[in-house]
Amino acid sequence: MTEIFGKPLPVIMGQLLIGLINGSFYALLSLGLAVIFGLLNIINFTHGAQYMMGAFAAYFLLNKLGLNYWWALVLAPLAVGATGVVIERLMLSRLYKLDHLYGLLLTFGIALVIQGAFRHEFGSAGLPYSIPALLEGGQNLGFMFLPNYRAWVIFASLVVCLGTWFVIERTKLGAYLRAATENPAMVQAFGINVPRMITLTYGFGVALAGLAGVMAAPIYQVNPLMGADTIIVVFAVVVIGGMGSIMGAVVTGFGLGVIEGLTKVFYPEASNTVIFVIMAIVLMIRPQGLFGSR
Amino acid sequence: MAEVLRISHLNAWYGESHILHGVDLVVNKGEVVTLLGRNGSGRTTTLKSVMGLVGRRAGSILVKGKETVSWPTHRIAHEGIGYCPEERAIFASLSVEENLLLPPRTGEGGMGVDEIYDMFPNLRERRKTAQGTKLSGGEQQMLAMARILRTGADLLLLDEITEGLAPVIVQALGRVIVKLKERGFTIVLVEQNFRFAAPLADRFYVMEHGKIAEAFPAAELQDKTQLLHEYLGV
Repeated sequence: MTEIFGKPLPVIMGQLLIGLINGSFYALLSLGLAVIFGLLNIINFTHGAQYMMGAFAAYFLLNKLGLNYWWALVLAPLAVGATGVVIERLMLSRLYKLDHLYGLLLTFGIALVIQGAFRHEFGSAGLPYSIPALLEGGQNLGFMFLPNYRAWVIFASLVVCLGTWFVIERTKLGAYLRAATENPAMVQAFGINVPRMITLTYGFGVALAGLAGVMAAPIYQVNPLMGADTIIVVFAVVVIGGMGSIMGAVVTGFGLGVIEGLTKVFYPEASNTVIFVIMAIVLMIRPQGLFGSR
Repeated sequence: MAEVLRISHLNAWYGESHILHGVDLVVNKGEVVTLLGRNGSGRTTTLKSVMGLVGRRAGSILVKGKETVSWPTHRIAHEGIGYCPEERAIFASLSVEENLLLPPRTGEGGMGVDEIYDMFPNLRERRKTAQGTKLSGGEQQMLAMARILRTGADLLLLDEITEGLAPVIVQALGRVIVKLKERGFTIVLVEQNFRFAAPLADRFYVMEHGKIAEAFPAAELQDKTQLLHEYLGV
């Protein structure tokens, strides 16, 4: 059997795949955080709870309304994004003139409330959600078995990430967004409704978390605390990539997922801490993050 | 002559500080009106107040007959006002061309991009520059003016456009103002550089302590020279 540094190839490939899957979620979640931070200057601590809400939304759509995974992929992000719009309009929008810390505290508080309410209602055992029929089974690649659903998650995440990057960096809408990130007052003086743009941007970032939640539902269990665990790593990803950098979030998300996976092969004891070690090193050498500009 | 802008009893505040204390001024269609005054006399704040960019405003600001004093900034812009701020506000994350094309149309009959590049040939040469802020100061100033010309805005508020620029660029900007006036733009200039403004303006307002201290047409400029020396300390 082929070996690399004394480890069998299928083991390495297996962990590489898990790394890419985790990386897909890191990328989607840190992308949403980056988009929100860029324009609102708020670190959205509710992100993990909103990811969890996406998974629950998929569960309810299936079990209460009989709408399958593909419906959930569209409807759950819309529903979760709508809750984001309400949060921004009712609460966040009152904090922009204050120190960033208030936004952080508010979103952290909201996350605790949401997670507490879900745990009270559904316990923490986790609810099952099965893989959609179309994506059951897998491909035998010779050196490893690739489940179709996992391939789909990686593909879909890449498409969403690159699509978002394209819109922000290459379109007129993205130019408004970039300009408003720099100087919202001036963009408004050109006649653009910046407060509305901020609301929709927050809604979009939150919807990305909801989408990640739907995609996660068949892989991880639908669990009120599923976001609380993931989001800590995602914050590390955002810090490493550079706050507010879109490409940074995407590249670092996938990259760190892979590094985490490979660490499991070569030095399993460090697999849970490797991302934080990298974060510490990056903060020492390049505090603005790998892709950050300031 | 139709009034494009009529400001009456305008008061404005930044937080606790009261900056404008009852400004009254009128700008008619097709005029170039210059606000003179020392630093801190309230000229920039007057322009910002028109755009709704100060903390709090009271009084009346009629733009083409509509009361805009309680409107949000983006709505005011859609009455056809192009604003060029003192700090130029060129966006670093946008290329030169993206900066130029950024402002959306707010009215009919804006200038075409080619026409704008003819007016500012430097910008045509440098349109592919990836970062708007990589331009020289003069080029950034031209870009800040150029971008509001294609929106269809017919009232231009230009704040200190000659500040810190070489004489040859100041002259070029003077020729641009003349061309814009010929095209029918209405222009409010806030200027420190009296020699730049003198041959361009139809009327002058002199501001002091957040109020209009003096108002006179270009024809009376000669008689007012001594007075201006006192107000401006030049």
